[in-house]
Amino acid sequence: MRTRGNALVYLTLIVSLVLSVFPLYWLFVVATRSNDVIGQLPPPLIPGGNLGANVSRLFGAEDAHFALGLVNSMVASVAVTVSVVFFSSLAGFAFAKLRFRGRNALLLVVLATMMVPVQMGIVPLYMVMVKLGWQNQLQAVVVPFLVSAFGVFLMRQYAERAVPDELIEAARLDGCSTFGLFVRVVSPALRPGAAVLGLFTFMSTWNEFLWPLAILEADNPTVQFSLSQLATQYYTDYTLMFSGTLIATVPLAVVFVLFGRQIVSGIMDGAVR
Amino acid sequence: MNRSRLDLHGAPYFFVTPFFLLFAVFGFFPLVYTAWVSLRSWDLTGDAGFVGTANYQRLLADPDFWNAMLNTLGMFLLSTVPQLCFALVIAGLLNRPIRALMLFRLGVLAPIVTSVAAVAIVFGQLYGRDAGLVNGVLGLVGIGPIDWQAGKGSSWIAVASMVNWRWTGYNALIYLAAIQAIPRDLYEAAQLDGAGAVRQFRSITVPLIRPALIFTVVMSTIGGMQLFTEPLLFGQGDISGGSLRQFQTVAMYMFEQSFQNFDYGYGSAIAWMIFLLTVLAGVANALIARRLKGGI
Repeated sequence: MRTRGNALVYLTLIVSLVLSVFPLYWLFVVATRSNDVIGQLPPPLIPGGNLGANVSRLFGAEDAHFALGLVNSMVASVAVTVSVVFFSSLAGFAFAKLRFRGRNALLLVVLATMMVPVQMGIVPLYMVMVKLGWQNQLQAVVVPFLVSAFGVFLMRQYAERAVPDELIEAARLDGCSTFGLFVRVVSPALRPGAAVLGLFTFMSTWNEFLWPLAILEADNPTVQFSLSQLATQYYTDYTLMFSGTLIATVPLAVVFVLFGRQIVSGIMDGAVR
Repeated sequence: MNRSRLDLHGAPYFFVTPFFLLFAVFGFFPLVYTAWVSLRSWDLTGDAGFVGTANYQRLLADPDFWNAMLNTLGMFLLSTVPQLCFALVIAGLLNRPIRALMLFRLGVLAPIVTSVAAVAIVFGQLYGRDAGLVNGVLGLVGIGPIDWQAGKGSSWIAVASMVNWRWTGYNALIYLAAIQAIPRDLYEAAQLDGAGAVRQFRSITVPLIRPALIFTVVMSTIGGMQLFTEPLLFGQGDISGGSLRQFQTVAMYMFEQSFQNFDYGYGSAIAWMIFLLTVLAGVANALIARRLKGGI
């Protein structure tokens, strides 16, 4: 009885695991084969040797600007991540551990801004960019995202627990300035929380699609934009599309393999409280 | 003394200023401006003046908008309901003493690192009419090839499956965290009273993780109302969502009106309508989830 119950548990879990991972594996298989793989039944499940040829076709694909898209996305993601982590830690620390007039009201504003969907402001944001002359410029996908309400909230929650008040008082007695306090005492304590925020920020910036599509042109894309160009222009050339999709997924897969445990625990203790 | 007083009282404001400054320019201002633009007629040639609620009146009488609304709601239901149910089951299973726990956790979470564009491209191929794997497998059991893009129901299912695939594991982990916060003695007491695993799940687990349920329902609502990339790439970049707009969402419709027809005033009105309906749906869902008290 007990073993049968357990077998059912494992069976269900294994099926979910396979369903989760299969599309990713299929992505890999198609990317390494030639176009005749499509429509074969049963589908070939072993990678082929065509990845190199597909990738060189991909970078040669006209009008897709895939290499530029990769560079643009990397620059944007790193810039946004560094900025969000820094400013969120700074503001989160202030909200959690410093006393100042209007603190609660300001915090409420931060919380309220988390509820507003980004899509809401896309038309006027576009107009702002036109005024600034930033259409089709990389800074248009970077500057509006240099701070994040979610980040401030997350770091505040983290600082609340991770930085003991005694530590701050001790440093103050030693004559530390507030910024010195942040750099020398608070930052090290915030590091695990900042790492999780950094991972999430990098992933979401790398994956951002709607805004680049609105503000950038096809000749200066981010990697997701470039992928969508491939998908619309070459939608019958699956191996080309899939090798592009594979390459666009590799940085995130690396992040996931290296920091998967932190991501899991970040989701598990960040979300509900 | 003076310097340190300035430091003590000024520093906190200095620390939170960057957030509020950037947010004011790129977050708050566009939002308010959207409301203003939505009350004006605005096309490629520029601002053509105040038109009052004309954009909203047009919206209420626009069959394409209501069609997009219907599509969005349909795909939202087809993705949220199964997604959260599966997530709950998986969370329940992951909470048991099993081997290779981390492997399963990472495995179900793997889809979250994939970009929406990547998901849409892979699933678009899987749902291909002639060469897609899904039709291939269905063919083996004697079901004829389905043109997934052609009908409302089939295209909704295809798009919803992308959302389900990407988010089920994430929600499962959120539930798991909530489940692990439940005191163990509750289960021990229930066990003494002779409650089985299923009964314990229904009468203890589900009611006690209500905050997590509400959180995921509200998040799914927000995500569902903004559905854009999956249906766009499922239709090879066609912003109208198929020849008969069978899978065009409200977000796609807003994008079409704003950036394809350059009708910024109308596009802004759609944006506000989406926002309003999201808030309404979010509140309604939270209320429903709150009522899930003594089991389902």
